[in-house]
Amino acid sequence: MVLRLGSSTLCLKQQRLRSLASLASSNARLISCRSVSALAVLELKDGKLVQSSLSAVSAAHKLGSSITGFIAGSNISEPSKEAAKIRGIQKIITIENDSYDKGLPENFAPLLVSNIRKGGYTHIFAGHTTFGKSLMPRVAALLDVAQISDITAIDNENTFVRPVYAGNAIATIESSDEIKVITTRATAFPPAEYEAEGSKVLIENGVDPNSNSPVKWVSENLAKLDRPSLATASKVVSGGRGLKSKEEFDRVILPLADAFGAAVGASRAAVDSGYADNSLQVGQTGQVVAPQLYFCVGISGAIQHLAGMKDSKVIAAVNKDADAPIFQVADVGLVGDLFDTVPELTEKLGK
Amino acid sequence: MTALRILVPVKRVIDYAVKPRVNPTQTAIITAGVKHSLNPFDEISVEEAVRLRERHTKSPSASNPKVEEIIAFTVGPPKSMDVLKTAMAMGADRSIFVEVPEGEQPESLGVAKLLAKIVDRENISLVLAGKQSIDSDAHCVGGMLGGFLGWGFAGQASKISFEESGACTVEKEVDGGTEVVKGSLPMVITADLRLNEPRYASLQNIMKAKKKRVDKLTPEELGVDLRRRLVTKKVVEPAARKGGGKVSDVDGMIQRLRELGAI
Ligand SMILES: Cc1cc2nc3c(=O)[nH]c(=O)nc-3n(C[C@H](O)[C@H](O)[C@H](O)COP(=O)(O)OP(=O)(O)OC[C@H]3O[C@@H](n4cnc5c(N)ncnc54)[C@H](O)[C@@H]3O)c2cc1C
Repeated sequence: MVLRLGSSTLCLKQQRLRSLASLASSNARLISCRSVSALAVLELKDGKLVQSSLSAVSAAHKLGSSITGFIAGSNISEPSKEAAKIRGIQKIITIENDSYDKGLPENFAPLLVSNIRKGGYTHIFAGHTTFGKSLMPRVAALLDVAQISDITAIDNENTFVRPVYAGNAIATIESSDEIKVITTRATAFPPAEYEAEGSKVLIENGVDPNSNSPVKWVSENLAKLDRPSLATASKVVSGGRGLKSKEEFDRVILPLADAFGAAVGASRAAVDSGYADNSLQVGQTGQVVAPQLYFCVGISGAIQHLAGMKDSKVIAAVNKDADAPIFQVADVGLVGDLFDTVPELTEKLGK
Repeated sequence: MTALRILVPVKRVIDYAVKPRVNPTQTAIITAGVKHSLNPFDEISVEEAVRLRERHTKSPSASNPKVEEIIAFTVGPPKSMDVLKTAMAMGADRSIFVEVPEGEQPESLGVAKLLAKIVDRENISLVLAGKQSIDSDAHCVGGMLGGFLGWGFAGQASKISFEESGACTVEKEVDGGTEVVKGSLPMVITADLRLNEPRYASLQNIMKAKKKRVDKLTPEELGVDLRRRLVTKKVVEPAARKGGGKVSDVDGMIQRLRELGAI
């Protein structure tokens, strides 16, 4: 209750600032603010907040309501302090318990649901990452609501925009559920910024139902990256089947990526043939990226690949087939043999 | 370990190679006259179920548990019968079909509720679903079903194995690499692309599949309300990119990238 009052006062302030807006629309705005209160589930990796969680906060911010951050796991005092500095967050709920470290949906979902019920949140946000994809549908089921996945825009508190059919169509969807369970596409919302001061933010212990998980975490095998990470890089160099082998992929693609200071990506064909690690796959079923520059080498431009990179600022392509579909989306294309042109390009960029 | 009773939910979707088009009234994707097929991820889960059976047939052991029955399930318009036939031609023993009128595809929440009911009715011990369907791209059904049943859930599986103890170990594809989790049945597992390479159904098996049993059920019989919570207000095509700006050599490429502010 207190929280809701708080959020409506905040809205009032915002309203005053926007005092020139027409009376009708400002009334509508006020009503919407009063009922909206957002919870952003903050994902941790090695004790740090992941970038997609900052994007989820930005998405929540678009509702113009109060935002509460949610953090669970062990050693969360540092990330909680970090989260307290995120612009737009008014309160943080923490649950210190190492059984939430691996984000297993079996116990994390009941945990989240208990805290959602207690706090009366109307909108629950998480990044559309492996963590969000595995956790949020379970949360939605426990709340008996439909999930709104991988949104790219928010029209109002009930209406959201999301790509469907591998990004070949953009759907506007209205939800009639009381609680909205939402995952956000990181490339569509710039990460929330940090403020120098976070002291006004309340950090509060949440409730812990301590549910057991029938599934246990055993191990992980994460690719070691000595280059920028694909999800956040401002430039990406991606290789496809045209590279022919892992040796050639490494010989041709890696130096080009380094010359650009870029992350490395790959098509499914390259990953399936073992040229590159699974985690580097860009596309409908791999990662979605939207860097300043996406440079494709030996990639044909299948629908499923385009789904993961079509929103890049500039797309460049090298392919020996002048009719390859990739050229229909590339801002700049070079028709030629990659084994000749790419080493030349790498060398000239290095100069 | 007791024998596995496997449920594989499958969905009829626009074929992955077809570029979908938005209808002129901007309300939906045009589906009439467009090639449809079994959702690629569901092909993979059917394949995995059939392989589990084959593993047992070849060398029965606690790590190759017996597969008692593989049941394919779909909810969709009348033509969805096609994907059940495909699943049965690949090796599913029989099917359950919840038919809805053309154009009324239920959302993930409703599908998961139907599946939870089927799991009870058929005494299922393992649900193998695809990680997402390539039309709605929602990535929800498996996770929701795990929630409704209170079962363990392993999403985006690239390897599934059983141990003598009856434990089920799943390697999952996660951001940045892979992760291994261990649970025990009953479980819901969703398939990622690299779990296996689905087989083509032989002509003989396609013929045999025609004789396999398909039970029809209604949402009412299952006690599930399929009314949508999410209503699509509008569907548009994404802003088109204007490609085609070709350069003739590497120097041209560098110059153009500079002009575009990309380097
Ligand atoms: C359900 C499903 C999900 C999928 N998800 C994804 C996904 O997430 N990401 C993804 O990428 N794909 C995905 N795919 C696969 C996708 O359909 C394509 O098969 C894949 O993207 C093709 O990869 P490619 O462009 O590297 O290979 P190809 O299509 O074989 O293209 C290779 C290109 O290299 C060019 N080439 C060859 N040699 C040279 C040379 N010497 N110099 C220059 N050019 C050369 C050729 O002209 C050709 O255009 C998915 C498919 C399905 C069914």
